[in-house]
Amino acid sequence: MIGLWRSPSEPSRPAAPVSNPQWFARRRYGFGVRPRTWQGWSITAVAAAAVIASVVGPKTTAREILLVGIIALYLVIAYRLGGTKRFAPPNERSLDEEEPTPLEIAVKDPVPPEIYGSQTPHEIAEAIVSHTGKFAVQTDDVVPADSIIAVRHLTKQFGSRVAFEDVSFNVRRGEVFGFLGPNGAGKTTTVRTLSTLVAPTSGTAEVAGIPLDGKHDVEIRQKIAVMTEVPGLYLRLSVRENLVFFAGLYGYRDVQPRIDRALEAVNLTSRIDDLCSGLSKGLRQRVGLARALLNDPEIVFLDEPTAGLDPVASLEVQNLINELRARGVTVFLTTHRLDEAEKLCDRVAILNTTLRTVGRIDDLRQKMFRKSILVATAEPLTDPNQVFSTIEGVEHWSLDGAGGYVVTVADVRSVAPSITRALVAVGANVLSIVEGHHSLEEVYLELVGAVG
Amino acid sequence: MRKEFREYRRNRFIIYTMTTLPIIFTALPVISLFTIQSSADPTQVRTQVAITLLLLLIIPVVLPATIAAYSVIGERDQGTLEPLLTTPISREEFLLGKSLAATIPTVAVAYGFFLVLVVAIRFGASSVVSNAVWQPAWFLAELLFAPLLALWSVWVGTAISARSSDVRVAQQLGTLASLPALVFPLLMSLQIFKPTATVAVVVAVALAAIDVVAWRIVSKMFDRERLITGASAVTMRAEAGT
Repeated sequence: MIGLWRSPSEPSRPAAPVSNPQWFARRRYGFGVRPRTWQGWSITAVAAAAVIASVVGPKTTAREILLVGIIALYLVIAYRLGGTKRFAPPNERSLDEEEPTPLEIAVKDPVPPEIYGSQTPHEIAEAIVSHTGKFAVQTDDVVPADSIIAVRHLTKQFGSRVAFEDVSFNVRRGEVFGFLGPNGAGKTTTVRTLSTLVAPTSGTAEVAGIPLDGKHDVEIRQKIAVMTEVPGLYLRLSVRENLVFFAGLYGYRDVQPRIDRALEAVNLTSRIDDLCSGLSKGLRQRVGLARALLNDPEIVFLDEPTAGLDPVASLEVQNLINELRARGVTVFLTTHRLDEAEKLCDRVAILNTTLRTVGRIDDLRQKMFRKSILVATAEPLTDPNQVFSTIEGVEHWSLDGAGGYVVTVADVRSVAPSITRALVAVGANVLSIVEGHHSLEEVYLELVGAVG
Repeated sequence: MRKEFREYRRNRFIIYTMTTLPIIFTALPVISLFTIQSSADPTQVRTQVAITLLLLLIIPVVLPATIAAYSVIGERDQGTLEPLLTTPISREEFLLGKSLAATIPTVAVAYGFFLVLVVAIRFGASSVVSNAVWQPAWFLAELLFAPLLALWSVWVGTAISARSSDVRVAQQLGTLASLPALVFPLLMSLQIFKPTATVAVVVAVALAAIDVVAWRIVSKMFDRERLITGASAVTMRAEAGT
């Protein structure tokens, strides 16, 4: 069954900006323009009058210059006030024009009347979208209500090379989402796709509730921030100058309060007038993070933010990520560092061209590894098989060095006391009995390393 | 644009290269024009003046070409291209900012040195040279051609910069590829077209048309994905050791 991607309870998508009627229409071919509104016709009439007046006047060099000037000025004005779409007959739509909206398709290709069983505008829109197939996905791909990034069957190919394929996942609002995978797995391309730098080959996605369809890229970019492995700063400019420049790109007028807030968030207020070239790599990374906070983003994409940093600088960045989480910002963290992901991420996805798994780290561990109890005794047991095999709930045991045993069990809480009793009964000098812990690294290697 | 100017100011190498070339292109012709006597053949004087003024028009061609050739690839090299492209800036704004940052100082330099040249000739050269230089056609030509030639160079340089993977190649190619625009002023200087105000305006219109076409082409070439994946392709090749 096909359904809407967005659940009806979620806020509606922001409406596409409505452009003002343009005074001129550009022609399909060449530089030509034609007036389209009364304002365009008025300008044309004035220009024509000026041309006629100068033609009937005395023949001088100045007249020729004036003529050329009038025509050039008219063309510049007409071009500036011309429509962004080129004028073309309806049956000759240019390839670079926008695709028709689902509503346009629906009007052109009416939806069968039986689909209009629903009466509310949302249901009618849903019926249209379902009918036209726009943004439609299988309903078994559950999108949580608090989803801020929803990716469905996303694929990106560069020619014949597949960067990532059939990737589907959700990121929840306010979480730190780890995106892990080996080199060349497609992590960075995924980030670039979701941040509108690269167009997907197939599949659909919504970022901050806005469809990733090439028509709403600017809206998406207003709501996100990206920080790459390289902080991306102009080294000849000061921290302040860098931030003023980037704040200006978002169209903010009074940028200083934003800059102050961003620098405060990364504890860098005192270095505001330092040249970026004089900052350490860790400090530059902090400036990069301050830049990412300038537009109060809903989502921050961090692509290998601690790569190449020393442990202290890495820790600082990790603390900043935790602060972002505390501020309610959703963090999409791409990293190679599994310890970092384990420490920071609420959920992780493991990608190796295709998505291998996604979920909470504890859930992944439980799903992928049998539960185990690690036993250490001062001296090796005389007959460990006799001790462990007779206990109910023990599935398997194995040696782990001298006096060390790994006991695979069905349930740790119920079997651990039995193991303790059995060890005491045989007079073993027990050093420790602890639950076996599988790191994210083991999960990762199980999913990626073995395949590699 | 302000950011670009700040970067120029902090990079003395750019300022030195922006001023050295114009000094050479102004000083040498001035010296040669100063040596012309009042009794010299007016036709020969006109030819020499035309060539001198053509040399001055090389300034708005060469200077912005090197700056524009750095515009995209320089951002990519610094790692600032990706953060820049993930802001809401449109490609038109990006290109306009980059082009104005290269065009405005270049045109200012070209006008400045032209002014120095004509004033020096007015007061230092013989009357036959002064009369040949102080013609409305030459003033109009400099006034119109300098920004138009600079814009042409900017578009060519930007186009090459968007496609290159090496700054040095981009700058050399950019300079080379921008030179053909000099053909129009060259035709005037060689007296193939008589240098009149009308010819200057017509040539300027032709240059303007070329600039518009070049702008459209560069604008189409300026595709976020191409700019970004060009860089990643290089990185991937490097990582793969190929």
